[in-house]
Amino acid sequence: MAAPVTNPAPATAAAETVGAGGPDRPARRRGDGIVAWLFLAPYLVLFGAFVLAPIVLGIWISLHSWDFTLPGKPFVGLDNYADLFDPDSVSFDPFWNSMQATGIFTLFSVPLLIVVPLAVAMVMNQKFRGRNVFRAIYFAPYVLGVAVVGVMWRFLLDRNIGAVNSYLGAIGLPGDTAWLSSVPAAWVALVGVTVWWTLGFNAVIYIAGLQDIPRELYEAAEIDGASRWSSFRHVTLPGLRPVTMFVTLVTIIASANMFGQAFIMTNGAPARETQTAIFYIAETGLQNFQMGQAAAASWILTLALMLLSVVVFAVFRARGEVEPS
Amino acid sequence: MTGLGRVLRYTVLVVLTLLFISPLLFVLVTSFKTPGEAVQTPPTWSPDPFSLQAYERIFGATDTPVFRWFLNSMIAATANAALVVVTAALAAYALARLEFRGKKIVFALIVSTLFVPPVILVIPNYEIVGRLYWLDTLVAIIVPTAASAFGVFFLRQFFIGLPRELEESAFLDGANRWQVFTRVVLPLSKPALATLALLSFLTNWNDFLWPVYVLFSPENQTLQAGLSTLQSANAVRYDLLMAGAVVASVPVLLLYLVAQRFVIEGVSRSGLKG
Repeated sequence: MAAPVTNPAPATAAAETVGAGGPDRPARRRGDGIVAWLFLAPYLVLFGAFVLAPIVLGIWISLHSWDFTLPGKPFVGLDNYADLFDPDSVSFDPFWNSMQATGIFTLFSVPLLIVVPLAVAMVMNQKFRGRNVFRAIYFAPYVLGVAVVGVMWRFLLDRNIGAVNSYLGAIGLPGDTAWLSSVPAAWVALVGVTVWWTLGFNAVIYIAGLQDIPRELYEAAEIDGASRWSSFRHVTLPGLRPVTMFVTLVTIIASANMFGQAFIMTNGAPARETQTAIFYIAETGLQNFQMGQAAAASWILTLALMLLSVVVFAVFRARGEVEPS
Repeated sequence: MTGLGRVLRYTVLVVLTLLFISPLLFVLVTSFKTPGEAVQTPPTWSPDPFSLQAYERIFGATDTPVFRWFLNSMIAATANAALVVVTAALAAYALARLEFRGKKIVFALIVSTLFVPPVILVIPNYEIVGRLYWLDTLVAIIVPTAASAFGVFFLRQFFIGLPRELEESAFLDGANRWQVFTRVVLPLSKPALATLALLSFLTNWNDFLWPVYVLFSPENQTLQAGLSTLQSANAVRYDLLMAGAVVASVPVLLLYLVAQRFVIEGVSRSGLKG
């Protein structure tokens, strides 16, 4: 395959400039318009029906008292949203509790999933024997899927018969931690398992980013007498900025959408402490069929996420302007 | 690299490898234990006696038909991957090579949904799938997730990077758009198409929340969703659960072993879209 394209922008821009009537571009073919829509049609049917329509329908549902199983779906205006912000409503506590759970999980998992995979990627970025084998091993859990990962770690982390407690006890540490039914231990378990599961994914993205930093920059830094730390600070980190931003955004979105780990490993225990926002939305909408309420909750979560993404974007841009690179 | 540095690096790598391999190995070992030995502490690493009863039990049970789930997952993931690749390739070619009114808007609309959190689609899509009478069928697992904005974006980038000369000379030979697309562009794009197919297959195979709520009947589950019903049906039969986990893992691990290059390359390139 061609060398990975770190920054597709130049290629795209070039292609589009040429498209605007460049000399080596053939004239627009007759009938291109209709042909283009025919090529697009199958995708657009799916895209319209299962991406665009649901976005609009979701807003519509959130304005109704919408039960999938009942014929009447009365319009209630913004009541579903108001309920979620009204401390006296029955939805208030479970919803904000679940938002808090998602917040805690995101707060602890995101930094780990940015830093640890970078460290692994740095170790992997030099040429050495067995490099591809190690890379393949670290990536392997990711292909397993959350159900397998959840079921296996629920077993390994079982308080009484789990291997983890057994080995912790054997080396003199507390061997009876309730990893799946007490906080903060459950958070340690959920974050730890998530790091184990997705570390390889982020590391692989970093490795590709590291390989795209021109060697000359490191050589120049070496000639200037830079230490390894300062070449990391002034060459590696700035060179990785677009990749790090991508990893950060993707990891935030993934962490804020955490469902399977909690569903399988803790089932929200203790009480509802580890019931995440998605878990709450799915249970409310697809199990109790209060879909209006669930749709409203999913919009609040989405808006919070978009706001967070904008902040991350702004932070990375601001840093990019301050640091010379 | 100095000798000390090399020792340090291999120490880190080996410790990490143990952290990744040993839990998986322990799951495999446990699936061959008797129910009693599976919950024994301290844990044992060689099943004594070596028992296949967990596998016999999960393959035979009617409430947890694991083999049926395996087939369901295979069918759903394969069909979904095919649908993603076909629709995305067609759309991406139009966006990469054809000129038409509204092209920029269509492309911007598709790309903007790359950043829409999937949660926003779950509730309304359940309603839509319900209206289509697709609930509790594999169609619900195959079709709604097939509109891949990432796929369109990824293939468009690839098509733009292909040399135009081959297409031009095909046109001079009298080929039409469709022939150029199927006989020139697609054969040149095999690696990109394979990567997208693999990533789509894996994503669908591992999808969890959606199948858990959309499928109800025991015989209609996918492996991932079924695994969670296996768990609620056999809370303390860890030998059964681990056998289920092994059955769910082996196909993807084999696929990964064969196509590891494409998977990893696909993921690393996905990071470069930012």
